[in-house]
Amino acid sequence: MEIALAVLIGMFFTVSIYLLLSRAIIRMLLGIAILGNGVNLLIFTAGRLTKEIPPIIPMGQETLIEPFANPLPQALILTAIVIGFALFTFLLVLGYRAYQELDADDTDTMRLAEPERAPRPPLSY
Amino acid sequence: MAADKTNIVENNELPVAMIDVATSFADWLIILPTTIALMGAALLIMLRFNKAIQAGLAILIVIGIIILEIRLFLNVMEFGTQSMTMGKWLPPFGISFTVDVISIGFALAGAIVTLAVLIYAQADISSREVKYGFHSLVLLLLAGVTGAFMTGDLFNLYVWFEVMLIASFGLIIMGGRKIQLDGAIKYGFLNFLATTFFLISLGLIYGLFGTLNMADISQVSAQAPIGPLTAIGALLLLAFGMKGAAFPVNAWLPASYHTPHPAVSALFGGLLTKVGAYALLRSLLLIMPSARDFLDPVITFLAIATLILAPLGALAQTNLRRAIGFLLIGGVGSVLVGLGVPTIRGVAGASIYIFHSMLTISALYLMAGLIERIMGTQDTRKMGGLYSASSWLSILFLVLVFAVAGLPPFLGFWPKLLLIEASLSQGDVWLVVALVLNSLLTTIAGTRLWAHIFWRAGPIGENSEQQNKKLKPLTLREKYLCVTPTTILVLFIVFFGLKPAMIFDAGRMAAYGLLDKSEYVEVTGLADPTKEKVE
Repeated sequence: MEIALAVLIGMFFTVSIYLLLSRAIIRMLLGIAILGNGVNLLIFTAGRLTKEIPPIIPMGQETLIEPFANPLPQALILTAIVIGFALFTFLLVLGYRAYQELDADDTDTMRLAEPERAPRPPLSY
Repeated sequence: MAADKTNIVENNELPVAMIDVATSFADWLIILPTTIALMGAALLIMLRFNKAIQAGLAILIVIGIIILEIRLFLNVMEFGTQSMTMGKWLPPFGISFTVDVISIGFALAGAIVTLAVLIYAQADISSREVKYGFHSLVLLLLAGVTGAFMTGDLFNLYVWFEVMLIASFGLIIMGGRKIQLDGAIKYGFLNFLATTFFLISLGLIYGLFGTLNMADISQVSAQAPIGPLTAIGALLLLAFGMKGAAFPVNAWLPASYHTPHPAVSALFGGLLTKVGAYALLRSLLLIMPSARDFLDPVITFLAIATLILAPLGALAQTNLRRAIGFLLIGGVGSVLVGLGVPTIRGVAGASIYIFHSMLTISALYLMAGLIERIMGTQDTRKMGGLYSASSWLSILFLVLVFAVAGLPPFLGFWPKLLLIEASLSQGDVWLVVALVLNSLLTTIAGTRLWAHIFWRAGPIGENSEQQNKKLKPLTLREKYLCVTPTTILVLFIVFFGLKPAMIFDAGRMAAYGLLDKSEYVEVTGLADPTKEKVE
């Protein structure tokens, strides 16, 4: 099962890197979203796959009884999802605003901050 | 301080896992700076329609944080590393804040820079931007930076990185000009990617060690298989290198740092990349030194490349703030040198360099803001004749150029000296050559900026000997609000340059703290040999 998930994570990463290498902002956004999901799956797999038994101490016991699901990766993933969602939303709005203001979805045409034909360095000292 | 275990009731044969005593007041001091900054940010959002009190309140909060951090700094210098664990669970379950000299030193410098920027910003931002929450975003950024410096848990470090990131997103687009949107797209995507790389390495670390507590990992990382450990180390180097703008993943910095308000540039230049550099030192020296040893040739190569290529970039620039951005990247190379020669001297040099760079780069960006204000342009080709308009600014700028190049007697000289000594003692001649070349090229780039902006009478091609008439003199308000904080930062640089003994002591203690993990582990309460390791 771990191997299957590892292959799946690899596919997620491949697709997201392919999309991130694109010049179109909207494709890069999709790449970021897929990368985030790939990372969450990675944390989930790295926390070891176990039976889906909630980690609750039974009545009359003092410790957990194996097997139980590891709660920590789930907590980590939940945090990562929330944070990733917030930042992704921001980037989405930023991309839309850039499309409105700069009339560009292609990063090659976004050359305001770094002019395409940069002035020659000053020769005098 | 380690949790007091004497009052804890032993529960049969189960290991002790809970803290049953109230946290002492001294321990609260560790978490207070971060908490106050976070709560201050929330308070200012609630009061955002009350524009009159925003600035005063924000400045008061930062002054309070500085006072608390000075107290904490003295405590750490006197009693050594301090730690506090939240939520009653003992580490490695509870999240610890562990403060050693390097943490509190950087946090203090960061708070001082934030105060200077807040005062400067009063003449820099519009009242609309105050309503949009400028001050609360600055406090949120400070909270993220302070938390990142002090936390003792890797996942918590990731959370602080994201707090910083979201606050910096808000600050970089404040003003909403087209060029800012352009810069923010590049800044946003690449920094988000860097934190995602960090998250990937966190997943692998958890899979390998089953813990994310820094002290806990540092105890077991030496026994871990070198293959996965090196992969994690390389991922961390990539993630934090990207955050710190080391070669070859530095392209986002000169593409974005010149677009926002100068005050925001100064805040970013002083705080954000330094957190990346700090995280590199913390993770590769304290937590997994064996991965660092394996990556040593890579780090050395990156250090040399960053040191030499960055000032060349500065030489080629005609935009003042982009040139400063390249000088900032060169400083990251110096930190990488310290990472490449992990002796007491080398690490002390890198730590002092980060401290110096926080003050110097912020002051340089504030200075650039003043120059742009007088000249009305960012283009150095169109500048000239500022010396006759303001000789005081020309002195400040020259001091900063010498400091960033590492010329005596300013603060930048001492860490470079330590780094060169360390590299020589390790036989890394190429690092020495790169450091000296970096200083030379930075001096050329910086003094040329000075000559163009201040010395020559007018813009390029204008041979008139008359004074540049296009200058817009500073108003009295701008003089008070902008020149004063810049001058104070420069005075710090001169003072610590002339009296480096205190900085040397702190730097050496910081290096001991990073290279010898025993104290760091002990204060988190993990080194107790009677306590068996809990899986």
